[in-house]
Amino acid sequence: MMGDLLGIALILLSLPFFIASTVGLLRFPDVYARLHALTKADNVGLGLICLGLAVQADSVAVGLKIVLIWGLLLLASSTGATLISTSALRHGHPPRQRNDVDKHAGR
Amino acid sequence: MLAVDLLLTLAALATAGQCLLLPGLFRAVANLMAFGLVMALIWVRLDAPDVALAEAAIGAGITGALLLTAVGQLPASQRQLHHEHYRVPRRFIPMTIIVVFVGGVLWATMLALPKVGLVKEIAAVLPESGAEHAVTAILLNLRGIDTLLEIAVMLCAVAAIWSLQRAIPPPALELNYPGLTTLARWLHPLFLLTFSYFLWQGTHAPGGAFPAGAVLGAGGVLLLLTGSIGWMYRHYYNQLLRWLLAAGLLLFLATALAGLLMTGSLYGLPPQLAGYFIIAIEVAAALSIALMLMTFYLFGRPRS
Repeated sequence: MMGDLLGIALILLSLPFFIASTVGLLRFPDVYARLHALTKADNVGLGLICLGLAVQADSVAVGLKIVLIWGLLLLASSTGATLISTSALRHGHPPRQRNDVDKHAGR
Repeated sequence: MLAVDLLLTLAALATAGQCLLLPGLFRAVANLMAFGLVMALIWVRLDAPDVALAEAAIGAGITGALLLTAVGQLPASQRQLHHEHYRVPRRFIPMTIIVVFVGGVLWATMLALPKVGLVKEIAAVLPESGAEHAVTAILLNLRGIDTLLEIAVMLCAVAAIWSLQRAIPPPALELNYPGLTTLARWLHPLFLLTFSYFLWQGTHAPGGAFPAGAVLGAGGVLLLLTGSIGWMYRHYYNQLLRWLLAAGLLLFLATALAGLLMTGSLYGLPPQLAGYFIIAIEVAAALSIALMLMTFYLFGRPRS
C-alpha cells in the first residue's frame, strides 16, 4: 500500500519534467537548446517513472530490471545527444549567441 | 485500456498518413520510424512481445537508419519531392486520418458482433502449437515457414545491395565521436545476453530466431558503423562471409531434403529427431539473420 502511494507520487512528480522538456523542444530556438531540454528534463522524468514503477514491482528482480532500463536509456540518450550536437556543429549550425535576433520569437 | 488502444490506433494512422502524404523524403523516413515504434507498442498490446521486439529493432531501427543513409546519399536536388501538380490541401491529411479512424472503429465494432474469421480454429490448435498466445502461434508456428521464406527474401536483399555498389568503409569515428565507439563496445555483452536468452526461449517455442537475430544484428550494426568489425570488408574473409550468410537457408533446405529421404514427405521429420533439427535451424537462422542485417550496412559488396 505504501509502495503504491509512493509509486503514484513519483510518477505524478515526473509529469512536470516531461511537460517542461516538450515545451522546450517546441519553443527553444536552436538544436543545442532543444537537446539540452530533452536530455535533461526527459531523463529526470523517465527516472522518476522508473522509480515509481520499481517500488510497485512484485519482486526485487523486476524492480532492478526497471531501474536498469533507466540506466541504459541514460547511456543511449547522452551519447545520442553528443552525436547530434557534434554533427550539427560540424555541418555548420553555430550555436545561437546572446545578441542574435530570434526570427521565430513571438510566434 | 480501450483509451490506450484507441490512442495507439490513432497514432499509427497519423504517422502512416504523414509518412505518405507530407512532402519531403526525410520527413517520410522520420514518420516511418515513428510508425514502426507505434506498431511495436501495438504488438505489445496484443501480447506478442517477441514480434514487438523484432518490429522495434527491424521496422523502426534498422530499416529507418538504412533509409536515412539512402536519403543522405541522394544528391540534394532529389531529396525534396516536389508535388508541383499534386498539392495536398492542408486540411486533407488530418481529415483523411479522422475518416479512416472513425471508419475503422465502426468496422471493428461491426465485426465484433458475430465472431468471424479463424478465431475458433486457432484456439483449437493453440495447445499443440507450442506458443501461448494466438498472435505468436500464428506468426511463428502455424505459419513458421513464412519466417524461413523471409530469410530467403533477406538474402535476396543482401544480393541486391551488393550488386549496387562497392562497400563504403566506416568513417573514422573515434576521433570525432569517442563516446559512440565506447558505448557500442560496452553494450555488446548485453546484446549477446539478450540474443542468447531469445534463442533459449525459442527452443521450447519455435520462433526465437527472428527476435534473437534482430537484437544481435542491431548490436552488430552499431559495432560495424563504429569501425569495430574490420574483417567483413576484407577480401580474405569474403568467401566465409558468403557461406555464413547462406547458412540459415541452406540448413533449412537440407532439413527439408532429409525429411524427404527419411519419411518420404518434404519437411516430414521423425518426431524423435524433430527437436534437434529445430534447435539447429533456429541457431543457424538467428546467426544468418544477424549477419544479413549487418551486411546491409556495408552499403555494397566488400572486395572479392
